[in-house]
Amino acid sequence: MSSTDVVVTGLGATTPLGGDVASTWDAMLNGRSGVGALTQEWAGQLPVRIAAALAVDPSEVLERVRLRKLDRSEAIALIAAHQAWADAGLADSGLDPERLAVSFGSGIGGATTLLDQDDILEASGPRRVSPHTVPMLMPNGPAAWVGIELGAQAGVHSMASACATGAEAMALGLDLIRSGRADVVVAGGTEAVIHPLPIAGFASMRAMSTRNDDPERASRPWDKGRDGFVLGEGAGALVLERADHAAARGATVYARLAGAGITSDGFDIVQPHPECLGGIRAMTRAIRDAGLTGADIAHVNAHATSTPVGDMGEIKGIRAAVGDHPVLTSTKSMSGHLLGAAGALESIATILAIRDGVVPPTINLDDPDDRLDLDVAAHKARPLEIGAAMNNSFGFGGHNVALVFTRA
Amino acid sequence: MATRAEITSGLAEILEEVAGVNPDDVAEEKSFTDDLDVDSLSMVEVVVAAEEKFGVKIPDNEVQNLKTVGDAVSFIEANH
Repeated sequence: MSSTDVVVTGLGATTPLGGDVASTWDAMLNGRSGVGALTQEWAGQLPVRIAAALAVDPSEVLERVRLRKLDRSEAIALIAAHQAWADAGLADSGLDPERLAVSFGSGIGGATTLLDQDDILEASGPRRVSPHTVPMLMPNGPAAWVGIELGAQAGVHSMASACATGAEAMALGLDLIRSGRADVVVAGGTEAVIHPLPIAGFASMRAMSTRNDDPERASRPWDKGRDGFVLGEGAGALVLERADHAAARGATVYARLAGAGITSDGFDIVQPHPECLGGIRAMTRAIRDAGLTGADIAHVNAHATSTPVGDMGEIKGIRAAVGDHPVLTSTKSMSGHLLGAAGALESIATILAIRDGVVPPTINLDDPDDRLDLDVAAHKARPLEIGAAMNNSFGFGGHNVALVFTRA
Repeated sequence: MATRAEITSGLAEILEEVAGVNPDDVAEEKSFTDDLDVDSLSMVEVVVAAEEKFGVKIPDNEVQNLKTVGDAVSFIEANH
């Protein structure tokens, strides 16, 4: 163990599958779907009328008055971060606040606040616009709130790399600890944009599934019948900690964050590179950064969002960068696509897969694409001894992030 | 014409809604910031809600003079 090793000592999440990590992981292992019909009145006019909403609404966790000042993405970031913080046992550990940093992002940010306050502006005039509007919609809001509530003074960082955001937050956390700028980083991603405008926008791109009559079967990565992603909402948070710091306080370690790779396609604002060249470079860098080779990676939690083009490009990439041996899954088949929180939630799934020796299933893979030539844990969780695993996240704009976690 | 007690009670309702203040804690001598823990942004919400409730206009340059609940009651009593 070197002094720059980084380990995971706390996990937190609130997702469409559960209000915490334990319930979310249990749902994943049992192949449950978090996708359902949108019953709001506004949904009737939309081409997409399904989504993966939170299993536990933040109003059940946070007081009403606190929620008045928080965008939904901020509220759930706080819920996940507090869970991770408590899980890590850092509350009364005497951690120097100047050694605590936050790395937390969102793909879209406080869009629902912007839209709701615009409704108020139009209907009632400027004096009725909430004075909390700007701190609620600013993209650094979730990171800032987490930093305020945990008292972080080593820097609060917020990144925005679309659907790679949650993973990039982990990669930055790794850098912050390796470079000596922090001993502990609370890293995560959050997203809450189940609202007609973002849905209409994604739907206009033809990026979303319109399987409105069968919500639980709509997210079906690598299946021939896939027709787009299903929007999900949620937040995930990890406590990353310098390994010797964690050891000195006797912390329980889930896994090691052994490597990260970040690249950009320089290609297209929304289309992934068809040969996954940027993804291959990210995966290759992450494996090398971890001091491993592709042969060491037993499992990949893939980005695979259930879109016709993206899913198969990533398969080519994994084959090229890792090999033909890893057991794949896409937990988005169950959680939907949490956009900026996806990389955080899927990091948690990857870590628990290592800890428990089991790959969570890809549900709805009934009729695999003919080009799917790698092994996927379809339908049922699969026991697997995992020493090292990878999590991929790719985002609009051509952002590619791969993370490698290894057994503690 | 509302009495001071009625205005205080109306402010207590607003403070509970906006800032989660226990209505039992609201009294004329209490400071909004020091005693009732109302932050500056929430104070803006209180002012706008009070304007609506009591049909008064509270200019921005007047808000800084409203340190206590009693200050606000007096302003509303004199101007509504």
